[in-house]
Amino acid sequence: MSLALDKPRQPRRPAARRGNGELYSWLFMRLSGLLLVVLVLGHLFIMNILDGGVHKINFGFVAGRWASPFWQFWDLAMLWLAQIHGGNGVRTVINDYARKDSTRFWLKMLLYVSMVLIISLGTFVIFTFDPNISN
Amino acid sequence: MTSAGAPERSGTTRGGGTLYRGDLGMWSWVAHRITGVLTFFFLFTHVLDTALVRVSPNAYDAVIETYKNPIVNLFEVGLVGAVLYHALNGIRVMLVDFWEKGAKYQRVMLWSVLVVWVLVMIPGFYFMMERTISDLVGGH
Repeated sequence: MSLALDKPRQPRRPAARRGNGELYSWLFMRLSGLLLVVLVLGHLFIMNILDGGVHKINFGFVAGRWASPFWQFWDLAMLWLAQIHGGNGVRTVINDYARKDSTRFWLKMLLYVSMVLIISLGTFVIFTFDPNISN
Repeated sequence: MTSAGAPERSGTTRGGGTLYRGDLGMWSWVAHRITGVLTFFFLFTHVLDTALVRVSPNAYDAVIETYKNPIVNLFEVGLVGAVLYHALNGIRVMLVDFWEKGAKYQRVMLWSVLVVWVLVMIPGFYFMMERTISDLVGGH
């Protein structure tokens, strides 16, 4: 067992060993944001105005839309990008406002579980949608 | 980042810098956070209700039927307003970060965001509420 001695002028706490994760997260927010501007504003405009809003929506409407691979892909891209973009935003908010490490940890766990749940469920539904499913 | 105990002077013009705390730029950031978090919570619900198409047409239609009323219609306008602000201000943030003159024009861009928002939301409100308003006023 060797005796551990501090080096002269060693900082009391070593500098945090962080990778480039936060840089990639920052960049991702901007790239995904740019795509989401088109995907989400397009989706809102089509659904709420061009196609007549919620009064026109029922199972048949969804079936008609997902008959097209274009809209399936649109919705899939929107689901993944919006979940990761929004989840990353909420992660930042939790990091900013949680005061205790345990609170921060559990809030983020709750967030990650909800992200995995929503992305998996949404992807599953888009890929296995059956327009002829029975009532 | 704790705001408590942050030096009050750090941003004042006295120090030669520019004021951030309490200034318009700070409120644009606050609004960006609030609209973002609200939209994220909405998305959670929206994916769950749409997933009902995998259960049965009746289950999906029954839930969507509960959305066809003036209150939810008004929430939809609110959602569109929140997403539109978040999108426009997001573009402004990208311009501040990546455009060499972005920081210089951030204040002008914020006012442009607000003007565009109002110009889009006025017809947007009308077209989204058209059906609800005619139902309420005209009856049938």
